[in-house]
Amino acid sequence: MKTPKATPHVTQNESLIFERSHTGRKGYRLPALDVEETALEELMPAHLRRDDDLEGVPEVSEPDVVRHFTRISTWNYNIDLGMYPLGSCTMKYNSRLNERVARIGGFANLHPLAPERDAQGALAVLHELQQHLAEITGLPGVSLQPAAGAHGEMTGVMMIRAFLDARDGVGENDAPRRRVMLIPDSAHGTNPASAHLSGFTVKTVRSTPQGQTDLDALRELCAAGDVAGLMLTNPNTVGLFERDIREICRIVHDAGGLVYMDGANMNALVGWARPGDMGVDVIHLNLHKTFSTPHGGGGPGSGPCCCTAELEPFLPVPRVVAQGAEIGNASYKLDYDQPQSVGRVKAFFGNFGMHLRALAYILTHGPDGLRDATEAAVLNARVIAHGLTSDYEKPFDAPPMHEVVFTDKRQGRKGVNTLDIAKRLIDYGFHPMTIYFPLIVQGAMLIEPTESVGRQEIEQFVEAMREIAREAEADPDLVRNAPHTTRIGRLDEAAAARKPVLRWKPEERAATA
Amino acid sequence: MRYIPNSPEERAEMLREVGLSAPEQLFDTIPADVLLRAPLRIPEALSEIELLAHFERLAAQNAAARRPSFLGAGAYSHYSPTVVDALIQRSEFFTAYTPYQPEVSQGTLQAIFEFQTLVCQLTGMEVANASMYDGSTALAEAVLMAERVTRRRRVVVSPALHPEYLAVAETYVAHAGIELARGNFDEAAGLSAFDDAQIDDRTAAIVVQSPNFFGCVEELQQLSERAHRAGALLVVCVTEAISLGLLKPPGACGADIVVAEGQSFGVPLSFGGPYVGLFATREKYARQIPGRLVGVAHDKQGRRGFVLTLATREQHIRREKATSNICTNEGLIALAATIYMETLGRRGLQEVAAQCAQKAAYAARRISALEGFSLPYSAPRFNEFVVRAPVAADGMLERLASEHDITGGLALSRYTPERANDLLVCVTETNTRAEIDALVAGLASAATSGS
Amino acid sequence: MANVPEDLHYSKDHEWIRMEGDTGTVGITDHAQHSLGDVVYVELPKPGDRFAAHEVFGSVESVKAVSELYCPVAGEVTEVNESLSDDAEKVNADPYGAAWMIRLRLSDPGEVDKLMSAVEYEDYIKDAE
Repeated sequence: MKTPKATPHVTQNESLIFERSHTGRKGYRLPALDVEETALEELMPAHLRRDDDLEGVPEVSEPDVVRHFTRISTWNYNIDLGMYPLGSCTMKYNSRLNERVARIGGFANLHPLAPERDAQGALAVLHELQQHLAEITGLPGVSLQPAAGAHGEMTGVMMIRAFLDARDGVGENDAPRRRVMLIPDSAHGTNPASAHLSGFTVKTVRSTPQGQTDLDALRELCAAGDVAGLMLTNPNTVGLFERDIREICRIVHDAGGLVYMDGANMNALVGWARPGDMGVDVIHLNLHKTFSTPHGGGGPGSGPCCCTAELEPFLPVPRVVAQGAEIGNASYKLDYDQPQSVGRVKAFFGNFGMHLRALAYILTHGPDGLRDATEAAVLNARVIAHGLTSDYEKPFDAPPMHEVVFTDKRQGRKGVNTLDIAKRLIDYGFHPMTIYFPLIVQGAMLIEPTESVGRQEIEQFVEAMREIAREAEADPDLVRNAPHTTRIGRLDEAAAARKPVLRWKPEERAATA
Repeated sequence: MRYIPNSPEERAEMLREVGLSAPEQLFDTIPADVLLRAPLRIPEALSEIELLAHFERLAAQNAAARRPSFLGAGAYSHYSPTVVDALIQRSEFFTAYTPYQPEVSQGTLQAIFEFQTLVCQLTGMEVANASMYDGSTALAEAVLMAERVTRRRRVVVSPALHPEYLAVAETYVAHAGIELARGNFDEAAGLSAFDDAQIDDRTAAIVVQSPNFFGCVEELQQLSERAHRAGALLVVCVTEAISLGLLKPPGACGADIVVAEGQSFGVPLSFGGPYVGLFATREKYARQIPGRLVGVAHDKQGRRGFVLTLATREQHIRREKATSNICTNEGLIALAATIYMETLGRRGLQEVAAQCAQKAAYAARRISALEGFSLPYSAPRFNEFVVRAPVAADGMLERLASEHDITGGLALSRYTPERANDLLVCVTETNTRAEIDALVAGLASAATSGS
Repeated sequence: MANVPEDLHYSKDHEWIRMEGDTGTVGITDHAQHSLGDVVYVELPKPGDRFAAHEVFGSVESVKAVSELYCPVAGEVTEVNESLSDDAEKVNADPYGAAWMIRLRLSDPGEVDKLMSAVEYEDYIKDAE
């Protein structure tokens, strides 16, 4: 099957809005003020008022705004356009139905401080989602408050800290009695950063050449007696299920620690296996990955925390709880009376709009649909693994779950590296895969197709990758200078970091025109 | 499942292609004792019609969403031009990933660059990041940053800070070795007050909200001078970002870090989120900022583009030594705020702010004239103010809702039980004179009917 | 092939030191700048700061990596190359000259004898490759 390559696009130029601005243009109209006007000086004394007349803020019409954003939007790749094979990012289809649900007036116009009795529908949504996530993870305690994955991690690690402090007491100067958080060398960078926020010291657990957690290394680290816990991604970031997960949890538990699971890769497990059954104590989920809430060019996310009954008292406040009859006419309330809670991690109740979308996703799928989605996601990854093995180095033999890692080892001999291959993929109409992650795999290319890609597109992707491998042999410069079809070529990131320009300023109008 | 392209037959063929005969074999690497045997106990799949009916039914139970409302306190009801939601629903924006591949993400990157610029212009600061989760977490990050910049460990916090923001900051610093000391409150003015003893060479920062939680505009210039005399920073938090259209920007008053909740910029209330945190500071602290930054870069042909930059601050490179653990932020909400700020523009941002202040002044005047009602604070206010009622505020507001169909504001007993008679009233450009008059009449009647 | 000037002393962390009396000038080696790639930022201490041998005295950043700088010998910082804050790319262009990082008054000038010579360092980086 031939993959048509991408070609340059019609909307190649659009300046910054500040460069489009003309004095006197307007993009809005408010109703006339319908109350008696108070004199300005009485309203706000001069020394508290702005005196810059908002100089520099653009003046544009509504069509200016619409054209501006429509034009720049065309420079973005997006899921609706095609496959987005970013490993560990789970870029699956974002249903329009879920968007519609989130925009229902009774939700969108609801103030977070509305009285509980007048917000029962919203509290019911939170409660229903909590119950489904508890069932999916096998972990009964759920908080929907964290706003993203790293925020959920921070919350989970803080809960571990609070649990251990309650059990073991606190050391001198607020040092944890068990100060070490173990994190595999393949982990996301957010894991150590989140552990650090709770006052833990990070120690690295190495992986085996087969891409699994090294049990001997783990035992040795646990023997030191100061281990608070382990933060583990499963399937791990090379796409392999940690076969010894039960034993891993046992080792950490026997050493007095807790197991935190990074739920970034839950799309490989939903409906097939549950972290709670593996021995995991606390996990965060990424609703913007596994449960299809849109990534929005970098958020909003939502990172619910799910935990064992033992850890439940430490979840953030407020908790959403049901009162009275469960079926039909339960009423819901916010429970602030949780003396052992880690506290609040965010104002209000989390990213409610994302909770609505995730609940709509779960209810649209049902138990069979969720299981099917997982199966289709793993199958797609397996087809890619199968299709690329002949042309790319696959560092681990074990069959992958929902994502598969390859390297640039073979192409490197011709001076073509992972970055070049990724950029060349753009010319074939695909978004690049995750590159140079995980750090333990040199020149890593981590590919996650998700269930949202059809067979034909998978085959086109495989064909494009194989074609690039051939190009790397025959014409390495073609690949090294890619992409050739985008509005802009590779950007000089070093120069950008040396002399950062982080905002537009009026005097640059002439210089950059 | 209609979201999965491949039919069962196609999947069976694909399975055979990779040498398997049954889908269960795909999960062979999961030990049998952790494989799920029973189906998940969640409801059977719903059709689109059934699903919408389910959510419409739940939404209908949110009576507060349909009433005229005077609730503020960190989340504000403002008019959002139709183009804001229409544009953020473009596939190219809402289904795009974080712009790690600049060649195919210039739309998102340029929009963030405009966002950073607008945040700088409105706050009067030099650099702003690509957004934080919300105002509360932005404030917590500002406290952590103040410690990094000054290497001092005491942060003095205004008691007129939003109570939920303070709670979040307390959680974030619980194990960071930072002491959060509480400042005083001037009960006559409604403003923060600090003892000289609290601000010394061990103080990393003074943290104030302006307009503060009680709606009063703080004297930021004086506070920044006091902070700077002690070598400390001034951190300013803004929960009602529309106020920046009228009030002197914190940057012009000497603030070192400004954080804000950007929900007011065209973002729906949505029961508390997703919102967007604004974070701005001085250029000299750029390398201490948490979160993503977009900067200008050029390609080999000299064409201008934008990239994520100064990434070495971030968790994916510096891991436990990163300036923050944040990764995903609020990209699409920052985009909505950008479109809002640009559509309203220079004149609109000023006019919305002026209308809010005018209508609030009118409402305050009318309410204070009611028998038994008073406004306890003398400081200038923007669009929120505390009303001291002759009766308990929570019961009065309940009667106002049930008998007059108005959400009259926030009973402050929710956060401070001893403020039983106080309520916080917020007025925006969306509240008509008729609504304000109905509020005034309703308060008068609800105060008497309950006593 | 990395440039390794003969008159310098080298540490295992890829720093060099040039001795003049009891004062040494410290920077990173050509090999180090090469493996870092385009250097975009250098973070240095203040004059008067004291460091033990192998203690971190600063960091050097490329676009996507941060490397810590380790003091090759114990001493007190007497001077810092301020020009690197604006011109970090000097580290790539001239690691032994314009991109010197700190001047150090050594606590024990004899300590340099524990460092590697140019020949030893060349072998050291060859082994590492």
